[in-house]
Amino acid sequence: MRIALFITCVNDTLYPRTGQAVVRLLRRLGHEVVFPESQTCCGQMHYNTGYRREAQRLAVRFVETFADADAVLAPSGSCAAMVRDNYPRLGEPGSRLDRAVAELAPRVYDLSELLVDVLGVTDVGAYFPHTVTYHPTCHGLRLLKLGDRPYRLLREVRGIDLRELPGAAECCGFGGTFAVKNPDVSAAMGSDKARNVAATGAEVLCAVDNSCLMHIGGTLERGRTGVKAVHLAEILASTEQEPARI
Amino acid sequence: MSSVSPRSPHSAVPAEAVPAHRSATFVGMPPFPDAARAATRDSQLRHNLRKATHTIRDKRDTVVSELDDWSELRAAGKAIKDRTLRHLDHYLERLEEAVTAAGGTVHWAADAAEANAIVTGLVRATGERDVVKVKSMATQEIELNEALAEAGITAYETDLAELIVQLSEDLPSHILVPAIHRNRAEIREIFRDRMAAWGAPAPDDLSDDPRALAEAARVHLRERFLRTRVAVSGANFAVAETGTLVVLESEGNGRMCLTLPRTLISVVGIEKIVPTWSDLEVFLQLLPRSSTGERMNPYTSTWTGVTPGDGPQEFHLVLLDNGRTDVLADTVGRQALRCIRCSACLNICPVYERAGGHAYGSVYPGPIGAILTPQLRGTASPADAALPYASSLCGACYEVCPVAIDIPEVLVHLREEVTARPGHLGEKAAMGAAGWVLEGERRLGAAQRAASAARGLVPRRLPGPGAAWTDTRDIPEIPEESFRSWWRREGRHGRAETEGPAPGQLRDDPAERAGRGEDGGR
Ligand code: SF4
Repeated sequence: MRIALFITCVNDTLYPRTGQAVVRLLRRLGHEVVFPESQTCCGQMHYNTGYRREAQRLAVRFVETFADADAVLAPSGSCAAMVRDNYPRLGEPGSRLDRAVAELAPRVYDLSELLVDVLGVTDVGAYFPHTVTYHPTCHGLRLLKLGDRPYRLLREVRGIDLRELPGAAECCGFGGTFAVKNPDVSAAMGSDKARNVAATGAEVLCAVDNSCLMHIGGTLERGRTGVKAVHLAEILASTEQEPARI
Repeated sequence: MSSVSPRSPHSAVPAEAVPAHRSATFVGMPPFPDAARAATRDSQLRHNLRKATHTIRDKRDTVVSELDDWSELRAAGKAIKDRTLRHLDHYLERLEEAVTAAGGTVHWAADAAEANAIVTGLVRATGERDVVKVKSMATQEIELNEALAEAGITAYETDLAELIVQLSEDLPSHILVPAIHRNRAEIREIFRDRMAAWGAPAPDDLSDDPRALAEAARVHLRERFLRTRVAVSGANFAVAETGTLVVLESEGNGRMCLTLPRTLISVVGIEKIVPTWSDLEVFLQLLPRSSTGERMNPYTSTWTGVTPGDGPQEFHLVLLDNGRTDVLADTVGRQALRCIRCSACLNICPVYERAGGHAYGSVYPGPIGAILTPQLRGTASPADAALPYASSLCGACYEVCPVAIDIPEVLVHLREEVTARPGHLGEKAAMGAAGWVLEGERRLGAAQRAASAARGLVPRRLPGPGAAWTDTRDIPEIPEESFRSWWRREGRHGRAETEGPAPGQLRDDPAERAGRGEDGGR
């Protein structure tokens, strides 16, 4: 299958290795990856902060860029949720944007959905001999309703030791501009999350969203816990021949 | 808050009218981020809140998950409220007719000042100087106690948590448990130090055992119930078809107030109406499970006008607008009027749990406060403009709300209202610049190259607004190369390992779309 990668601006700029892992993983599974270069950003930060017009312009760019794609992979739960959940609120009912969104949004997937639902795999042949705990990010959990898909993928990884995260469903406190507008509450939520992560004894914290991982990971690093934050794609791309660097 | 002549907490009140009591006010509180900062550093408060919210949260979860028709009940609750709000004028008239026919008197109050004036006038007409109160959000919203105090009338709160707040001259911090920020030891101190000034004193050897505390409150209040001839209440629901008012509570103190005095005055927001008793049935299931985590609340009191020889012989219903019709006019924001004040959204909210209720600067704290207060008061003041941002948009509130209020949707809607106002120039410029960069892939690529070139120069701790991040978190290292640049240089040359055509342009093979993955069942 040919899969159009929507890398997302955060991954593009700060976490290229997540994108590289996605490409390696999908090619290993026999699929073609394309990267439409006119893509930039889904507009989530603008929308969530109250800048609707800017978000609309970015939504128009997104639907134009991906209109012809069979399946769009957004390796970020919150960006996939932005398209599926919030784009339908952006265009006037019946407008061109509104119609384009209705047509495209159902084909936009998070990584675990693409693998489990569309490509029908849970064992992707990965090898990752580490202790891992999984944080099911708010947008993955409550907007995309990913359910157990990420766990099903992780359970099939060879060598992995999965640990349950206490208080998993609770927000890590990132929330985009929330982290800057309400730094104290955000930090309090982040350190509670980090404490729960550290309590599992895991070496690696895994999630489907690098924004949350940047926040929790940054808190874990500041606390010198030694726990590394790693995107699901990097764990699934890891093999014995080409193990993930952590 | 738009009550009559807001006072500072320490302004003088006529000494003979109000024995040793002042009440605090939310007026002049700092904006949410500043108020929350202090709360996050108060370890006692953090502990109290965490313990209390997690306990109620877990209880709610248990009793909600035991119903397999919860989602149908929730959908029904939402639909009933929406339908009622659409035809609110009609149902309000029916309610007025029914209450009047049953011997009650209906008053209409456009705002807090009108409502306070009506209630004050009604109490004065009885010649009494004391009233007992059933816990009520509407009367807190209009700051009725303060207005009564100015008229020389003392309002005695009879809900246990409300009593704690009143005795300690504190502010409520939760819809259901206004003293949730206090623990047992603190409550014992408050009872020992303050009860005597208000009536029957607490015993000298009062312990912090919950039963002993409840008993002290019972003794203190019992005498008050028997002596006071006027009561003021709110209502959880008003049934239009029969003109019946409904109060749900746990302690029985509300029922004392509703039955013992001679005159009963109920101040009720116009959105509290439900058309029929069969509609009420839905909410009697939704509310207790969502609020206290009980299958059924211990006391449900209903009253219809006046019953000769039984209960209050004079009944007044004050129907309160106070900004609600403005909220109704907002097609996105009006869903906030579905709220049945269960407080499930507070108990689940990770922000509320760390910031506490006072930080919201209103009688309505937590997620519902963050969407209701800015609608009732507007977003002109810095404190009100900060409220829609007091959320990480995690969506937990929407998930637990028994009437499916999409709180994140309303928060974002109100943020749009805030950014449409003048000001926020720095942020607007930053958002505009980010938008400009992101609206062109070349501009984005150039920005990424500039960032990569400067990667060695980025300090671990940022100055200015960046410090909000680096004060508590490390920042990620900027990679040598963006994904985009890697793709151009190397990534696009690879291919699928086992099958599939060579990578090509995205748009060159529409035929292939026929085989797309519609099997993605979600
Ligand atoms: S918004 Fe919903 S969850 Fe919150 S208090 Fe109101 S009804 Fe309850």
